[in-house]
Amino acid sequence: MTLAFDDRSERRLLWRNRLATWTPRLVLLPTLIASVVYVLVFTLWTFWISLSNSTLLPDLSYGGIKHYVALWNHARWHVAYTNLFLFGALYVTGSLVLGTVLAILIDQRIRAEALWRTIYLYPLAISFVVTGTAWRWILEPTTGIQQMLRNLGWESATFDWIIDRDMAIYCVVLAGMWQASGFAMALILAGLRSVDQDLVKAAQIDGASMARIYRKVLLPAIRPIFLAVLVILLQFAIKTFDLVAALTGGGPGLATNVPAIYVYDLMFQRGQIGQGAAAAIMILLALAVVLVPYALYTIWRQRREAAHG
Amino acid sequence: MADATLVRDFDPLATGSAARRVRSKALVYALLTLFAAFYLLPIGIVLLNSFRELPDIARTGFFAVPETLTLQPWREALTSFCLAGACEGIRPFYLNSILMAVPATIISTAFGLLNGYILSMWRFRGSEWVFGFVTLGVFLPAQMTLLPWAYVLGNAGLTNTIWGLILIHTVQGLAFTTLFCRNYFVNIPDDLIKAARIDGAGFWRIFRKIVLPLSPPIVIVTVIWQFTGIWNDFLYGVVFSSGDRQPITSALIALTAGATSVRHHNVEAAATILAAIPPLLIYLFGGKYFVRGLTQGAVK
Repeated sequence: MTLAFDDRSERRLLWRNRLATWTPRLVLLPTLIASVVYVLVFTLWTFWISLSNSTLLPDLSYGGIKHYVALWNHARWHVAYTNLFLFGALYVTGSLVLGTVLAILIDQRIRAEALWRTIYLYPLAISFVVTGTAWRWILEPTTGIQQMLRNLGWESATFDWIIDRDMAIYCVVLAGMWQASGFAMALILAGLRSVDQDLVKAAQIDGASMARIYRKVLLPAIRPIFLAVLVILLQFAIKTFDLVAALTGGGPGLATNVPAIYVYDLMFQRGQIGQGAAAAIMILLALAVVLVPYALYTIWRQRREAAHG
Repeated sequence: MADATLVRDFDPLATGSAARRVRSKALVYALLTLFAAFYLLPIGIVLLNSFRELPDIARTGFFAVPETLTLQPWREALTSFCLAGACEGIRPFYLNSILMAVPATIISTAFGLLNGYILSMWRFRGSEWVFGFVTLGVFLPAQMTLLPWAYVLGNAGLTNTIWGLILIHTVQGLAFTTLFCRNYFVNIPDDLIKAARIDGAGFWRIFRKIVLPLSPPIVIVTVIWQFTGIWNDFLYGVVFSSGDRQPITSALIALTAGATSVRHHNVEAAATILAAIPPLLIYLFGGKYFVRGLTQGAVK
């Protein structure tokens, strides 16, 4: 009798143990399935569509690289990626420079530091749609700065970059920097504060001026942070869609087209899903060009740090 | 990474003569003010114009001292303005955004907590690979997922529904929430869990009694990150919803950039401010956690 009872409880214990080893995996399963579908299946799917005969409707028969050829022969795609290079370079450099200046200013033992930081960083909380809309009103000649100058009595004032094909992309840069420079500031400031204070004191004792200390000691010490911010901002630039959609809608004409806008247009406005998928693959490749070397570099640095203690 | 609230234990400007010190302080504050104006100006201008009369704006543009102030634009934006076939202001779209962002945030955060807990404290062979794989979702550009999502939503009967958007944002958010929570839980000492296991506590009991009570900081970071991200999303909203099913972002674009003969700039301005309010409030009240989410999501 007792023996049978023991046997049963032992079996129950065994079951409990087995359940305990499997519970974590079972709970993880939905996420794993979702991730496999989202990351792997979706990527392969889009890749396949880019190689298929699909135009308006999906047609999964193999069509070769014709969509890529068509894409690269399209003048609009050239405008889109040229804009991406121009926008990306100016937006990233601009945000980094502005962010560094702000971080250094805030680092001067100022009063009400939290308030200043809050003001510089808040644009990041609001959507690109709101940012784009607000800047559109500011930059549009009839509502914005031009009208203000004319109200003030300067009747011939013109400031119409946003409707000027050659200048509109700089409006996107301006709005983008407004949104992202606070982010650069937050990370750079955190970096500046994590630098060993003794280094600074030593430099001070040596009689170095503050400007020199920032240039020679503090800023070089946080190079990894600059690199991280650079990579993140490049990522933002490559994915830019909402900001352009809200600010210029890609116009005037095609002047501010960027790849993400073009993908949307091809897929959902022109019924060219094959070519749209090819353009999406190009965006993925651009991201990989930025992220893969950075990931490898990070791993290499971690290994080196681990090796040197 | 150090918190940005740390204060320097020396004053960088405290070198040189007293006069020079005053001059450099004055310069610092002047520059800070100038930049503050640049950052506050766009939202300030929109806010101001949301209280102006339409003819006044039409005559003088956005940059002008208002002749009169009125609450009418706000009333219209909230209750009666016609947009996408409905004449209830932006309320329906606002509601859509809430109905989309709240469940998607809760579900993705709940899964993120469990995943992070498992991937840090119940590791098994291959769990590091699982983590790496899930994290890849952070980098995948949305453009790569649009066609597959269109197919999935179509076949599930979820096209142009709030449920479809909830599904998209939940799946997309899993990568972020898992990343955040795993990197947070990994710092909880193993001994704590080992002791609990020796005492016979199981998976759920340890989660409830040890992990959850330690979680509030990371839950706040994750919820803020997810909610603002989902609320502010435009691409999925504009692709997968239309008419009165749209979230506020795509409705706002339809309102302010749509083809109409007469612009209602003041109502549009009020609607723009309304769209910005939820994430702004979160930022103002949870700023510390917002910044922490940024640095974690960004650097790791």
